Amino acid sequence: MKIIITVIGQDKVGIVAQVSAKLAELNINIIDISQTLMQHNFTMILMGETASDKADIEGIQNQLTALGGQIGVDIRTQRQEIFDAIQKL
Amino acid sequence: MESRQILETIQMISDENLDIRTITMGISLLDCIDSDPKRANQRIYDKLMRSAKDLVKVANEIQMEYGIPIVNKRISVTPISIVAAASNTDNYVSFAQTLDKAATELGIDIIGGFSALVQKGFQSGDTKLIASIPEALKATSRVCSSINVGSTKAGINMDAVQQMGQIIKQVAAIDPVKCMNLVVFANAVEDNPFMAGAFHGVGEADRVINMGVSGPGVVKHALEQVKGQPFDVVSETIKKTAFKVTRMGQFVGNVASERLGVPFGIVDLSLAPTPARGDSVAEILEEMGLESVGAYGTTAALMLLNDAVKKGGVMACEHVGGLSGAFIPVSEDAGMIKAVEAGRLGLEKLEAMTAVCSVGLDMVAVPGDTPASTISGMIADEAAIGVQNNKTTAVRVIPATGQKVGEDINFGGLFGHAPIMAVNPSSAADFIARGGRIPAPIHSFKN
Repeated sequence: MKIIITVIGQDKVGIVAQVSAKLAELNINIIDISQTLMQHNFTMILMGETASDKADIEGIQNQLTALGGQIGVDIRTQRQEIFDAIQKL
Repeated sequence: MESRQILETIQMISDENLDIRTITMGISLLDCIDSDPKRANQRIYDKLMRSAKDLVKVANEIQMEYGIPIVNKRISVTPISIVAAASNTDNYVSFAQTLDKAATELGIDIIGGFSALVQKGFQSGDTKLIASIPEALKATSRVCSSINVGSTKAGINMDAVQQMGQIIKQVAAIDPVKCMNLVVFANAVEDNPFMAGAFHGVGEADRVINMGVSGPGVVKHALEQVKGQPFDVVSETIKKTAFKVTRMGQFVGNVASERLGVPFGIVDLSLAPTPARGDSVAEILEEMGLESVGAYGTTAALMLLNDAVKKGGVMACEHVGGLSGAFIPVSEDAGMIKAVEAGRLGLEKLEAMTAVCSVGLDMVAVPGDTPASTISGMIADEAAIGVQNNKTTAVRVIPATGQKVGEDINFGGLFGHAPIMAVNPSSAADFIARGGRIPAPIHSFKN
């Protein structure tokens, strides 16, 4: 299952490292990654793939949200299909 | 990976209040008809519990997985006036209580279908249902009632119009807030997922999933990017935005339909405001260049908005249905409330707006001493606009018992408040007392 993870918040040392470490721990493969500063906000978008199509997305969300709380950024996890549905013909 | 599009989508949801306003399961109750009302009620209860047992669970899963808020989970049923007609009872309150009980146990927000279609006349079930409305709404908390009093094909049933003015007053005497659950229609549609007017038409499948999507904030934000540009650009911008919003409804509807094993009916793309800041249809009209909603130009702005929303939505999904357009409920729209309080918007302008919006006079509070015949007059006028123009119109007014113009009625909790609007004092009593039926307009003869 493909998921989109967006990380938005104040830039600081180690955000990419901590998020990717957590994804490795959750057995999520990073397929694509982009990072930019938008209006002084650190903005990172990751496309990940879970090992199984029946992955526990709620569990993944909870862990990533908790991590976001620790680092002080907002982490959102959504299944990827919704973005295609809205943006592509 | 298109970063810009991903961020745009997230912004639409988190900052601009884009949401699935409702996932509504339509359920036919025609196979629950029984001459014994107790048995009929039991069969209705059983069918609802069986059919919708996973609705809330699936909606919550989709919301979690895709990060799209699904605000309401609802059910619409076959008009109870038809289902209950064969039962040996004169009082239909027990049917409303059964709907309420099932909705409560299923975790459903609202259940619609305590309804009757009387545009051309009354069958015995219609008469009993209408008489039961005040007590039924008093005895329940989640049941919505709707009555269709006119259609382009049938004309306007003025006996029903007269009666509904009185029923609305009776409901208001019990509790004005209950009037929120009662709407009078002309040209009611059979697949509307929005309340208070949802019912499951007799031409529909046994069960069906209908989606209602919303997003006035998204449209307003898009228009902020084209300030001062001509209306061609405005219309195009609204169409593109409506397209994206509707795509989301189509996608979520597909997923829900698959997981529930229930056919997907329609997407209703309606800009449905909420009292939340930035979730207002009035603010869209003002973004087009009006100082306040109610200014001259408001009707034209609303006509453009309603039309562009439909055009954008039509290509985005397999089947468009319901009411699809822009709702203009006064008490649910912060911009509308502001305009009324500032004396910039009155009932007359609102009535003109209903000729080009998707429904009608909605969530309008009027003084508590407004006569029943005056309310019937409002219903007749709205029905006339709908019948003549081949569109759905509706009246959902709230006579604020014991209150006057300038005061404010509070609905409690999330429902916000409404300023009480001035009503024309001239009497319509003799007009309404005539009864009978206003014939269908000439352009209804298309066969």
